[in-house]
Amino acid sequence: MFQETPYIRHKLRVEKSAKTVFLLMTVLIIIPLIMIVTYMVYKASPVLSMDFLLTKPTNGMRQGGIWPALLGTLYLVLMSLCIAAPVGVMAAIYLNEYAKDNWLTRTVNLAVINLAGVPSIVHALFGLGAFVIFAGIGRSILAAALTLAVMTLPVIITSTKESLSAVPMSFREACWNVGATKWQTIRGIVLPNSVSGMLTGFILEVSRAAGETAPIMFTGAVFYKAIAEGDVFAYGLLDQCMALSMHLFTISTQVPNVPEALPYGTAVVLLSTVLAVNAISIGLRVYIRSRKKW
Amino acid sequence: MSDEPNYSIETKDLSLFYGDFQALNKVSVNINHGKITGLIGPSGCGKTTLLRCFNRVNERFGNVTTTGEIKILSKNIYDDDVSLIQLRKSVGMVFQRPNPLPISVYENVVFGLRIHSRRKDLKKTQLDEAVEKALREVYLWDDLKDQLHVKGTTLQLEQQQKLCIARLLPLKPEVILMDEPCSALDTEATRAVEELMHGLTGKYTIVIVTHNMAQARRVSDECIFMLLGELVEHTRTEDMFLNPSHQKTADYIEGRYG
Ligand SMILES: Nc1ncnc2c1ncn2[C@@H]1O[C@H](COP(=O)(O)OP(=O)(O)OP(=O)(O)O)[C@@H](O)[C@H]1O
Ligand SMILES: [Mg+2]
Repeated sequence: MFQETPYIRHKLRVEKSAKTVFLLMTVLIIIPLIMIVTYMVYKASPVLSMDFLLTKPTNGMRQGGIWPALLGTLYLVLMSLCIAAPVGVMAAIYLNEYAKDNWLTRTVNLAVINLAGVPSIVHALFGLGAFVIFAGIGRSILAAALTLAVMTLPVIITSTKESLSAVPMSFREACWNVGATKWQTIRGIVLPNSVSGMLTGFILEVSRAAGETAPIMFTGAVFYKAIAEGDVFAYGLLDQCMALSMHLFTISTQVPNVPEALPYGTAVVLLSTVLAVNAISIGLRVYIRSRKKW
Repeated sequence: MSDEPNYSIETKDLSLFYGDFQALNKVSVNINHGKITGLIGPSGCGKTTLLRCFNRVNERFGNVTTTGEIKILSKNIYDDDVSLIQLRKSVGMVFQRPNPLPISVYENVVFGLRIHSRRKDLKKTQLDEAVEKALREVYLWDDLKDQLHVKGTTLQLEQQQKLCIARLLPLKPEVILMDEPCSALDTEATRAVEELMHGLTGKYTIVIVTHNMAQARRVSDECIFMLLGELVEHTRTEDMFLNPSHQKTADYIEGRYG
């Protein structure tokens, strides 16, 4: 009774090797990732310091810090988020909660999905045409942030819609059946229970906006701009600005004889900025999740 | 006046189509005020559909056509001047799966009040009273009076279902519709909910859909038997179970088809 047959032993061997292969693949992606980050930090170590963050580049960008670029990126990312988040969330609410399932809604949904796949260089041209030239804003932080916002809207809409539809239908029915309007239902029940999913959308928007070069290069970012060191209000909305992604591109490809540590330092700061924002959002999400039970 | 029948719900030649599928066929029925009316019939015969007509939620599924007349408290609910919000305030619904909202017990009970009044018109004392009164009516007060802040969704199923009933009461509904309210509950919980329904008779008109013949017999004063979208028989419950006037009713009650 209950003895192993050769066939069972064979199955168990296959099971074991399958598991090993999958584990190996997982390790295979994680190790290079860790190596890259370690290597970057190691290469950047000569320049990494508070001064590097808070001073401007000197000697034709071959020395000094990255303050104007760091601040520029923060401006661009935060502004694009301020524009894209409300618009995207409201559009997602309309699409998920109000829109009837007809051809118009289906077209819009399809458009949103496809927009997410449009290459950023195309968005760059659109931003140049629509905001810089047609709307007459000129090359500026505002125009660049608007371009980034348009580029990241589909991401926010998609993830917000997902988090809205994750709220069980029975909650909505409970509300409607005591005579609540859709908006009362959304505000009272649906939104409070879908915030965590929305945060995911914001993380993705921030990561993407911070890393892009093309859309801002055409619409508001410049190679070099001197601003007051350490002053967080140094840029105005209609100023042009430096940005980390663009700065990295410049000192790696356009300026000769840049010490190696500078681009690596810039990359590390860019990466940490994105990771820091992600960490905050993930923390918030965990906190919100822990309070939600149904 | 006193001889006049006192009906909460009256329908006349009510037919309903989902696309071209006819789910209800000329249903005419009068449902007494303050009584519990059981709605029985085999699966797919249109019980849920009929129930959902009474607070007009069927309309949410596109492609639904209704003809005929439904009067609640003698008012035709398809009249142009009927507000769906007011209608649903006085015709509440309890579902098969308890669906308390993911907010505190207290907020669950006052949810309706909050929805239907301006914030400044609601006094704390008034809300507190409403909560106590509603929870007492569903026999939850003693169990939950110290746990008003816990989430409704974390209660036991029985308590959840009772809470869903309590949620309707502060709005002083005329009719409470229940669609198989006990089918997710165990025997003990079912008993408890039935007992609470008895406590509500006289004050509210209750229409309950059930597949459980014994339950229909235990809780209802009157019974409606439906088959394929048509109303076959509507009498006092004891008459239906002891002495059905249609062969089909008898067959169904005796479990010859279901
Ligand atoms: N939204 C809908 N669209 C199309 N057809 C529907 C819809 N809802 C119900 N029906 C159909 O209408 C008929 C009656 O359905 P209904 O849900 O009212 O039956 P029921 O008596 O409540 O059944 P059950 O006892 O299984 O709950 C069924 O044949 C069903 O397939
Ligand atoms: Mg049903």
